[in-house]
Amino acid sequence: MLKPFLAASALTAALALAVPALAQEEAPSPPHQAWSFEGIFGTYDLAAAQRGFQIYKEVCSNCHAVKHLYYRDTEDLGYTEDQIKAFAAQFKVTDGPNDEGQMFERPARPSDRFVAPFPNDQAARVANNGALPPDLSLIVKAREGGPDYVYGILTGFVNPPAGVKVPDGMYYNEYFPGHFIKMPPPLSDGQVTYTDGTKATVPQMAHDVVTFLSWAAEPNLDQRHQMGLKVFLFLIVAAGLFYAAKRKIWARVH
Amino acid sequence: MTVPATTHRGPQSRILRWIDYRLPVVSFLEHELTGYPTPKNLSYWWNFGSLAGIILVIMIVSGIVLAMHYTPNADLAFDSVERIMRDVNYGWLIRYIHMNGASMFFLIVYIHLFRGLYYGSYKYPRELLWMLGVVILILMIATAFMGYVLPWGQMSYWAATVITNLFSAVPVVGQKIVSLLWGGFTVGNPTLNRFFSLHYLLPFIIVAVVGLHLIALHQHGSNNPLGIDHRGPQDTIPFHPYYTIKDLFGLSVFLLLFAFFVFYDPNAFVSADNYIPANPMVTPNHIVPEWYLLPYYAILRSITFDFLGIPSKLLGVIMSLGSLVLLFFVPWLDTSRVRSARFRPIYRLISWLLPLDVIALGYVGSQPPAGFVVTLGQIATFYYYFHFLVLMPLVGKLERPRPLPISIGEAVLGTGTAAERT
Repeated sequence: MLKPFLAASALTAALALAVPALAQEEAPSPPHQAWSFEGIFGTYDLAAAQRGFQIYKEVCSNCHAVKHLYYRDTEDLGYTEDQIKAFAAQFKVTDGPNDEGQMFERPARPSDRFVAPFPNDQAARVANNGALPPDLSLIVKAREGGPDYVYGILTGFVNPPAGVKVPDGMYYNEYFPGHFIKMPPPLSDGQVTYTDGTKATVPQMAHDVVTFLSWAAEPNLDQRHQMGLKVFLFLIVAAGLFYAAKRKIWARVH
Repeated sequence: MTVPATTHRGPQSRILRWIDYRLPVVSFLEHELTGYPTPKNLSYWWNFGSLAGIILVIMIVSGIVLAMHYTPNADLAFDSVERIMRDVNYGWLIRYIHMNGASMFFLIVYIHLFRGLYYGSYKYPRELLWMLGVVILILMIATAFMGYVLPWGQMSYWAATVITNLFSAVPVVGQKIVSLLWGGFTVGNPTLNRFFSLHYLLPFIIVAVVGLHLIALHQHGSNNPLGIDHRGPQDTIPFHPYYTIKDLFGLSVFLLLFAFFVFYDPNAFVSADNYIPANPMVTPNHIVPEWYLLPYYAILRSITFDFLGIPSKLLGVIMSLGSLVLLFFVPWLDTSRVRSARFRPIYRLISWLLPLDVIALGYVGSQPPAGFVVTLGQIATFYYYFHFLVLMPLVGKLERPRPLPISIGEAVLGTGTAAERT
C-alpha cells in the first residue's frame, strides 16, 4: 500500500508536472508583531515568557506536549530551583525497573522531560476528534512566518465569510492554510488570572504564549545574540588590523 | 621577520635541519609559500580559493564534533540534533556553523568558479586544474545533499526521496540502483545510515582532490586579471607575505558575513519544514532543495517533454547532470586564445549574462512549477546550454580581442599599452 503511494508522490514531486495550486496557499500571511527577541540586541522578555508559560500550563498543555523541554530548562525563565521542583512534582512519570523488577510511578523531577498530556499519538487523536495536536517545542521554528504565524493562528479565529460552510468539528481561522482548523479557539478574554496583574486579553495572552514558545524553540537565543556582538567586534578589529598590515606590506610593491 | 621574503636559506634550527634533511617538509613549505612566485596584480577575486580551503576545514572540524553527538537512526536522529541544540555545550553554535557553513562554502565556490570563467583560468596550461575543480564541485553537491538528509526532518526525508528516485530514470537498472541507495524499498533507516557514512567519507576525498588541485595550481602558478603569463621576477611577488596578508584580510571580511548568519539569522537558508520530524505519510506542499542546488533542480523540472524517444524524466536528469558535466569541456569549448574577459568585449558581456541566467534558474527552482515559471525555466535552461555549446566556441572565433599588454609589470606600473587601462 505504502510503497506505490510513496513512489508516486515522490515522482509527482520530482517532476512536479501537475502539482495543483493547493487551496492551502490562499491564507494571507499574518501581520508582523513586535517581538522583544528580534534584532541583534533582542532578548526574551522574561515577564512575558513567564506569563506565556502560565498560559501553556493552564491552557495549551491540556492537549499539546513540549517534549524537547526539561523542567530544569525553566530556570532560564527566572524560576528558582524550589519552584521548579514543586512544579515538576505535580506530574507523575513511570520509572524503573526497581530492585523487584517492577516499573513504578514517582513524581517528576527537574531532570525529567515535560510530561506529555497523552501517552501516545493515538490516544491524542482519540481524545481530540481525530486530530493530532502537534508538539509545540519547535512550533515557532517549524512554521513559515515563525512567531507571527503562531500569533496569527491564536488570534485568527473569526466568523467565516458569507457562503463558506465550515465542516463539523472544525473552526474557521483567517491565517490557517485552508482556513479550516480542528483546534477550537483556545483563548478567550479573562481566561487566566495573571499573577502580575496584566489584563488577560486574547492578544495579550497570544503574545505571551508565543514569547514562551519562541524561547522553547530556541532557548539559546539570548546567549547567541550576546556572543555575536563580541564576535563582530573582534572581527571588525581584526579586519582593520589585517587591512593596515596589508597596506604596509604592499607599500613595497606599488 | 628580518629575513627578506625571497631568500631561501633552509631551516634555521638544528632540529629542523635534521628533520628537513630526511623529510623535506620545511623546504617544501618554504618553496610553496615564500618561494612561490605569484603574479603581482591579483585582485580580490583571487581570495576565494583560499577562502574555500578554509571553509572546508571549518566544515570538517565542526562536522567531526557534531558526529560525536549525532545518532544516525531514523527514530533518534531528529531528537539527537535537538539535543545538540539544547544540551551539548555550545552545540547550537557548532550546528549553526556547520549548517550555514554549507551555504557559505557554495557561495564562495560559485564565486571562485565565476572568476575562473571570467578570466579564462581554465585555458592552457590549466585545463586539469579546472577539471579537478569541477570534480570538487560535484563531490560537494553529493556531500551537501547527504548532509541535508541527516537531521531527518520533513525536507530531509522528502528531498532524499525525490532525489534518489531520479536514479529510477536510468534505463534497465534504474530501479536496482534506487533500491541500492535506499537499502530497502523506501527511504528509511538503512538510507540514513549509509548517507551518514558517506557524508563523513566524502569530505576527505574532497581534501584529496583539493590537494591535487593545489599541485596543479602550483605547477604553472595562478592566472591573473590580465590573463597573460608572467615573464620573470618583475611580474611576480612571493605568495608569503603578500597574499597571506591579503587573504587574511579577505578572510576576516568573509567571517563577518558568516557570523551574521550564524548569530543573527541562523535559519535563513533552511525551510521551516525541516523542523518537523520526518513523516513518510505526509508530503510537504512544496519540496525545495537548498538554494545552492536550485538551478540544477530547475533544469530537471524544465524538461517537461519527451525528446527523440527519451522520456522527459530521464532527459531532465541528463540535462541537470549535464549542466555540471559540461563544465569539464569548457577548456575546449572556448576557442579564444585570450584568457581574460577584460580584453574580450563580447565574451565579457556574455560572461555576466551567464550568472544572471543561473540566478533565473535558481528562482525557477524555488517556485511551484506552473505557468510562466515553467516557460522561464525552459528559456533559462536553453540559454545555459546555448552559452557553453554555441556562444563560447563562436565568440572565440568571431570576436576581435583588444591588444594585450606586454607584461604584468608594465601594466601594473601603468606604462603598458592603452588597452589594459580600460
